[in-house]
Amino acid sequence: MLTEKNKLGVILFIGSETIFFTLLLLAYLYFQAGATAGSGPTAASSLNPLTTGLFSLFLFASSYTIWRADKSLARQSRRGLLLWLLATIVLGVIFLVGQGLEWRHLIAESTTISRNLFGTTFFTLTGFHGFHVLVGLVALAIVLGLAWLGDFNSPKSSAIESISLYWHFVDVVWVVIFAVVYLRLLL
Amino acid sequence: MTYPIPLVPETSKPLPSLLEPEGLLSWVASVDHKQIGLMYLLASLAFFLVGGLEALLMRIQLGTPNNTFLSPAAYNQIFTMHGTTMIFLVVVPMLVGFATYLVPLMIGARDMAFPRLNAFSFWIFLFGGLLLYYSFIAGGAPDTGWFSYAPLSERAYSTSTGLDYWALGLLGVGVGTVAGGINLIVTILTRRIPGMNLRRVPLFVWMVLVNAFIILFALPPLNAALVMLLIDRLLNAHFFTPASGGSPLMWQHYFWAFGHPEVYIMILPAWGMISEVIPVFSRKPIFGYEFVAGSSVAIGFLSFAVYAHHMFTVGLGHPFDFAFSAASMLIAVPTGIKIFNWIATMWGGRIRFTTSMLFAASFLIMFTIGGITGVTFAIVPIDWQLTDSYYVVAHFHYVLFGGTLFAVFAGIYYWFPKMTGRLLSEKWGKWHFWLTLIGFNLTFFVQHILGIIGMARRAYTYPDLPGWGTMNMISTVGAFVMGLSVLVFIWNIIVSLRRGQPAGDNPWQAWTLEWATTSPPPVHNFDRLPPVRSRRPLWDLAHPENPDWKHGK
Repeated sequence: MLTEKNKLGVILFIGSETIFFTLLLLAYLYFQAGATAGSGPTAASSLNPLTTGLFSLFLFASSYTIWRADKSLARQSRRGLLLWLLATIVLGVIFLVGQGLEWRHLIAESTTISRNLFGTTFFTLTGFHGFHVLVGLVALAIVLGLAWLGDFNSPKSSAIESISLYWHFVDVVWVVIFAVVYLRLLL
Repeated sequence: MTYPIPLVPETSKPLPSLLEPEGLLSWVASVDHKQIGLMYLLASLAFFLVGGLEALLMRIQLGTPNNTFLSPAAYNQIFTMHGTTMIFLVVVPMLVGFATYLVPLMIGARDMAFPRLNAFSFWIFLFGGLLLYYSFIAGGAPDTGWFSYAPLSERAYSTSTGLDYWALGLLGVGVGTVAGGINLIVTILTRRIPGMNLRRVPLFVWMVLVNAFIILFALPPLNAALVMLLIDRLLNAHFFTPASGGSPLMWQHYFWAFGHPEVYIMILPAWGMISEVIPVFSRKPIFGYEFVAGSSVAIGFLSFAVYAHHMFTVGLGHPFDFAFSAASMLIAVPTGIKIFNWIATMWGGRIRFTTSMLFAASFLIMFTIGGITGVTFAIVPIDWQLTDSYYVVAHFHYVLFGGTLFAVFAGIYYWFPKMTGRLLSEKWGKWHFWLTLIGFNLTFFVQHILGIIGMARRAYTYPDLPGWGTMNMISTVGAFVMGLSVLVFIWNIIVSLRRGQPAGDNPWQAWTLEWATTSPPPVHNFDRLPPVRSRRPLWDLAHPENPDWKHGK
């Protein structure tokens, strides 16, 4: 991996973004710990781990589907590559729609980014994650388009491998956010 | 009916003239690392002139006590823009520009690993800088200092849009810098020609490699802090607003987690330049290559462990203060190792004092002075006394100007012939050097004293206490001497581009691969490359009876 430039580049980028997300998460945790009663909505009062967990499953599944896409490429199955890429995109879109619905519900209850520190840190954290998902979907759509037009005629593609790595990263970030923000509420 | 599809011209000449057809387009659309490197250098030079003007305005205001040349509000904007410009729009892009130009050549590559990403990095830096300067005509420049502490930076206390432009402009520059870091690491790790292993690359390449890793991990804290500030200001959020439970201290932690590694980002490539220049003009290989490289790796790690020495006065508590104080003293060691290596390189060498070498040799003294005053801050009670005084201003100008900028001048005189095909005038160069050295020390040495006797920084004026007016006037005179030196430097560039002595491939009889091609290099960099069996392939080529690799180097 240290000799192929695209994968190395994406790995370094993932390293950098890991620090960025860690800092946003630290801000969330810091203010969570210091939250006093009566300062407005909190994670416990506004979030629903079950519904969020449901649409999170779609994102987790998309890591499986992109892995299947990689395998299709290796087998040079063009149909497989197209289908599994499309599945990944669809699952990613469903996740974003679910996130959007959650946001809409919170905002309708006046839990906004400006309401209090929970709102501020929650929307910043999930917002940047959603943005990274969106960028990943754009990249996947481009790959899908190129595959549709007949590209990727070799069993290996550093482009697809790199974008897969990025997509898995986005998924892992959500695993961490989901665990820290939502699963803790179930404890 | 068919229309001719306009093709973006492939660069075919090393330095296409803007006056040729499609000359401008061939620069704007270029993905060639040499053109992009030159554009970085030109842009940072332009911002340097602007930042220098801002400095002169400040020095006019401070020339006499109780002066009214600049209002407090104007002064605050000027010093904020001066600092922000010099750090983000001059020093870093200048070093990135040199790295972009030189690294592929030094490792025998044809270009960077990601040429289009390279172009993106440059243009987003340029637009970020222009966005920052737009603030002057959009209601006022940012005025809260280059590190913009919260909650002063929040909307409640800073109502103009200046800070929004500051944050957005810096986000642009920050994204471009991370992209540049990734590009440099991948280039260095994957694009070296056979034989050029990591123990044989020029030390400039080592410094750039370590630096790029620091960039990768130091810029995210800044980006995080900037987006949090923007969300606070534009969406009425609460990250840093104490009235609603936010934490101004969090801004400081996040900013300095970036800010301290940033100063190493600003010096490492300069150390790389010194490591190239001093051996060549001492006619000796660098003393202790492994120690220079290894100490830089150590500094890369340590740079993240010292950041809270910028926060000794905010009440972190003794345990934190102790830890960061110890780490700050420790980080002086690998830096000192390098100074000894450079001196040992010169020792017993046949030294040739070209303008480049004059700057490099004075770098050793100026940077060491700055380094010593830096270590004095590691002692917490001293820091408590001197924080936010002119002693700090003197310290960082000695390391950034006496250090980085002197090294950059050494690098410019050294590599200008390679980039343009002409030597800079040594006559004008000597004038430039002496005016710079004298002007710089006149400006900043007295500021150590002013700081110790109590003059505060970032204040638009000061009272008429004994000696304060005189020392400030000395400093102001020095600043104008430096202004003159910059004019001489610009003149040297102009005159040398027109009538400078043609340089040839290797005017300094240097030994690294960038000198194994024409000046300027062809677009594809190399027609042929010498075999690489040591750190000095050109020495081996010229001395087949006594090559370096025979001695295990």
